[in-house]
Amino acid sequence: MSYIALSDQDKKEMLARIGVSSVDELFGCLPDEIKLKRKLNLREALTEPELLRRFEELSAKNSYVDHLSFLGAGIYRHFIPTVVDSLSSRGEFLTPYTPYQPEISQGTLQVIFEYQTLICQLTGMDVSNASLYDGAMAAAEAVLMANRLNGRPKVLVARSLHPQYRETIRTYVKNLGVRIEEIAFGDCGGIQTEDLLKHLDKNTSAVLVQSPNFFGAVEELKKFCDLAHQHQALFIVAVAEAASLGVLEAPGQIGADIVCGEAQSFGLAPSFGGPHLGFMACKKEHLRQLPGRIGGQTKDVDGRRGFVLTLSTREQHIRREKATSNICTNQAWCALRATMFLETLGQDGLREWAVQNIQKADYALGRLTAVTGIKARFTGPVFNEFVLEFSRDVQAVEAGLRAKGIVGGLGLKGFYPELAPCALFCVTEVHTKAEIDRLAVALEEVLR
Amino acid sequence: MIREPLIFEISAKGKQAFRLPKLDVPAKAGLLEGLPVRDGIPGFPQVSEVETVRHFTRLSQQNYCVDLGFYPLGSCTMKYNPKINERVAALPGFVESHPLAPAELVQGNLEVLKLVEDALCEIAGMDAFTVQPSAGAQGELTGMMLIHACHEAAGRPRKIVLIPDSAHGTNPSSAHLCGYSVQEIKSNENGTIDLEDLARRMTEDVAALMVTNPNTLGVFEYDICKIAEIVHAKGGFLYMDGANMNALTGVCRPGDMGVDVIHINLHKTFSTPHGGGGPGSGPVGVRKIFEPFLPVPRVERKGGAFVLRFDRPQSIGRVRSFYGNFLVIIKALAYILSLGPEGLRELAETAVLNANYIRKSLDKDYHLKYATPTLHECVFSDKYQKENGVSNLDIAKRLIDLGVHPPTMSFPLIVHGALMIEPTETESRRDLDMFIEAMKQIAREAKDNPEVLKSAPHDSYVRRLDETAAARNPIVKWEKGK
Repeated sequence: MSYIALSDQDKKEMLARIGVSSVDELFGCLPDEIKLKRKLNLREALTEPELLRRFEELSAKNSYVDHLSFLGAGIYRHFIPTVVDSLSSRGEFLTPYTPYQPEISQGTLQVIFEYQTLICQLTGMDVSNASLYDGAMAAAEAVLMANRLNGRPKVLVARSLHPQYRETIRTYVKNLGVRIEEIAFGDCGGIQTEDLLKHLDKNTSAVLVQSPNFFGAVEELKKFCDLAHQHQALFIVAVAEAASLGVLEAPGQIGADIVCGEAQSFGLAPSFGGPHLGFMACKKEHLRQLPGRIGGQTKDVDGRRGFVLTLSTREQHIRREKATSNICTNQAWCALRATMFLETLGQDGLREWAVQNIQKADYALGRLTAVTGIKARFTGPVFNEFVLEFSRDVQAVEAGLRAKGIVGGLGLKGFYPELAPCALFCVTEVHTKAEIDRLAVALEEVLR
Repeated sequence: MIREPLIFEISAKGKQAFRLPKLDVPAKAGLLEGLPVRDGIPGFPQVSEVETVRHFTRLSQQNYCVDLGFYPLGSCTMKYNPKINERVAALPGFVESHPLAPAELVQGNLEVLKLVEDALCEIAGMDAFTVQPSAGAQGELTGMMLIHACHEAAGRPRKIVLIPDSAHGTNPSSAHLCGYSVQEIKSNENGTIDLEDLARRMTEDVAALMVTNPNTLGVFEYDICKIAEIVHAKGGFLYMDGANMNALTGVCRPGDMGVDVIHINLHKTFSTPHGGGGPGSGPVGVRKIFEPFLPVPRVERKGGAFVLRFDRPQSIGRVRSFYGNFLVIIKALAYILSLGPEGLRELAETAVLNANYIRKSLDKDYHLKYATPTLHECVFSDKYQKENGVSNLDIAKRLIDLGVHPPTMSFPLIVHGALMIEPTETESRRDLDMFIEAMKQIAREAKDNPEVLKSAPHDSYVRRLDETAAARNPIVKWEKGK
C-alpha cells in the first residue's frame, strides 16, 4: 500500500520544473559511498486487508485478554464511556500538530485550558501543565523541579512509591548530582514517620510520597507534609491511580507543593502500558519552574476570548539548555481523552465511580482474606488495591489461578524481595461481584 | 458562528452524561469514615451527554488538521495518518492488555516490539533499538545517557556536548538534562557544520557531537563521514537527531555514515498522528557497543517465544514506565509493513521531490539564504517582504485566510525571519500548487497591499491573539466568577 498522491505525469512535470531529469539527481547532494545500493531487507508491502489480518493474528496471540484479571499496579481497567472513543477519534483532534498557530487551533487550546482546570480542581492546586509522558516521568520531573526551586541535593522518596517511578527518577537524576534516599514503609502499608524523621534535614530538597501508594494504601499525607515543611523541604504527592482523586482529599488541601502522577484511569485503556498521561500541578508561585506546555487565556485584536500556549520562555525552543525541561511533544491527545472522560462523568459520576472502587475493593479484601491461607499484609485503609500474603508459594498460586482462566494479582517478589510471599490485587468498578466471588472460590481451590 | 463556551460555563447542578451500574456488592456503611474524604469538587462540570458531544464537536471544528489540508510545518513531518493504522492499533488484544501481564500471555505484544526494533535496525543501519522513549526529546535524553554511561564504563567520563547552531532547542536541553555542558558549533556559508570549528572544539573532553542530518535547513551534511572521523579520532561519539529521517528512508542509512546513536520520531517519519501535541514515540538506535546500556527491559527471542529481560547490570535504567507508547509503536509498524522496502524508498524520494518542487516554484518570490541543495524541506526568509514592512508572522497569518497551515516560523535560528517548509511525501500536486499559489499571492500582496497581511487573519474563529498579555498575566485555568 502506498500513500503517495502523485501521478507519473505529475512527477514528470514536477521534475521538469525543478530542472532535473530524475529523482536520483535530487540526491546528488549525498556522497555516493554512503548511498544504499540495495533494497532494504524488509518484508514486501502489504495491502490493507493483508495488514489487518497480520495485526489480527498478532492481537490474537495476546491470550491475556481472555482471562479474568486483577492486575493494577499503576495501570487500571475502568469503563470508558463511548463518547470518549467517538469524539477523540475525530480527525480534527487526532491529526493536528501542537497548537503553534492559535487562530486555527482553538479546539485543542480550549481543551488544554479545560484539562488544566480539571486537574487543578482534582488536585486542589493552583496551576497545571498541559501533560507529561507518564506518571513515572512526571515524578522524575517533579524531583528535578524541586531541586531547581531550592537547590538542595537530597530527595526523600517513599519506598511505597511505584517501583518503576523510583527507577525512572534514579535514571533522570543520575548525572545531575541529586541524591535519592528511600523511606521505609511499615505494617500499615504507608511510610514510617520515624524513618522519615531520620532522613529529613537541611539538605532535603523534597519528600515524595505516593497516595494511594503502590500497595493501594492511603498515606497520611498531612502529617508528612507538615514534617517536610518544618524542614523547609517541598512536599510532592504522586498519584498513580487518579480515580482516587474523585473522593479522597485533594493533595493541595493538605499543603502539597507539587502534585504529579498518572491519569491513565481517565479514559485511557491499559494499552500494554502506553500511551498514557503524566500530569503535574503546583502552587502558583512555582508556575515559572513548571515543566512542559501550558495553555493560557487571552484576547484577540477584536477583544474576543481566545487561548494560546503561554510562558514559552521556560521551554527548550526558546531557552535551549536553560529550559525547565527538554519536553516538546507531550501527550496532548491523551489529555483530550481525559478531559472528555471527566466531563462525561461529571461531579456526581466521578464521586460515585471512586466510591464504587473503594466498596468493591473492600468487599474483595474481606472475601479473599476469609480464605484459609490468605491474610492481608497491611493494616491501613486502601483505595482499590491491596496486598495479600499467601501461605503457599505465590508463583504456584498464580499458576493455579491461570489454569482457571484468572490472572490474579501481581507477585511482589521482583519489586520487593521483603514481600516475597505477597501479591498485589486490584479491584475496580468493572469487576462484578460474581467475578470477585469467582476469584475467591478459585483461590480456595488452589490453596486447599 | 456559535462561540463555544467553556464546559464549566454550561454546567448545571444535577446533570450527568454517564451512569454506572448500581453497586452490586453490599455497600459497607462507614467505609469512607476511615479515609480522608473530600466534600465534592467545587466548579467541577455537570453536563448532559448531548451537550458534551456538541461541545467537543464544535471545538473540533476550530482546529486545522492534516485530514483537512496541507500542513507544511518544517521539521514536523505532518504527513497523512492512514486510517487503517488506527484500526489495527484499536484491536482488543493490544488495547486491553496489561503491561504487567505474564509474558506468555502477551506474546503478540512482545512480537510487535521485536518486529519494530528489527525493522528500525534495518532502516537506520543500527545494531539495536529501544522503543521505550516516549517522544523525540526523551529519545535524545536516552541517547545522551547511553553515551554518558559508555564513557563512564570506559573510565573516562566527559563533560561537553557539541551542537550546531542550526539545531532544534531540544538538543541542547536534552544534553544539559544529562549533565553535559553545551558548546555551539558554527554553521558555514553552506549552512552545514564548519569542519574547522568542529576540529578545533573536538577535544578529549567532548563526549559527543549531536547532529541533525539532513539538518534543519534540509541540507545534507555532505562531509558526514569526515565529521564522524573527527569525532571518533578524539574518542567521542556521533549522535544523530533523526527528526529528518523522512528524507533518507531506503536511500541511505545513518549507521553507514558513522553514526553511533540515533533517535527516530515515529510520529514524523512513520506517520503516527500528532494528536495536537502527542503522543509521539522516540526510539533510539545504537551501535553494538552501546547495547549493554540500553534501558530495561529488553525483548528477546528465546526458543520459539519472546521474553522480557531485566537482568542487565550496565543498563541506564528506565526512562519511563513499561515499554513505551505502545499503541503509537503499533501504528508505526503498520506504516512500515504497508510501505515495504520499495515504498520506504519512494517515501523519501517523493518527500524530496515535493520539497524541491516548492522550493523551485517560490525561489523568485521568497529569499533563500542558502543556495545549497536541499532534500525534504526548504527554508525561505521574509527578507524581500521586509522591504514593505511585512514579516514572516504576517505571511503565516495570511496563509490562514487562504486555507493552508503556515510553515514553521522563526526557526532555525540561523535564518532571520525563517519560513521552514516541509511538504512530506503524501501531498497531492493540487495541494502543493494551492500552497504555491497562496504564497505567490502573498508575495504580490506584500508589495501592493501590505495592510491585508499585517491585519491577517481576517476570517478565523479568533484573530491575532495577545500572547504578550497571556504571558505577563497568566490565566491558566477557569475560576468561577472571574
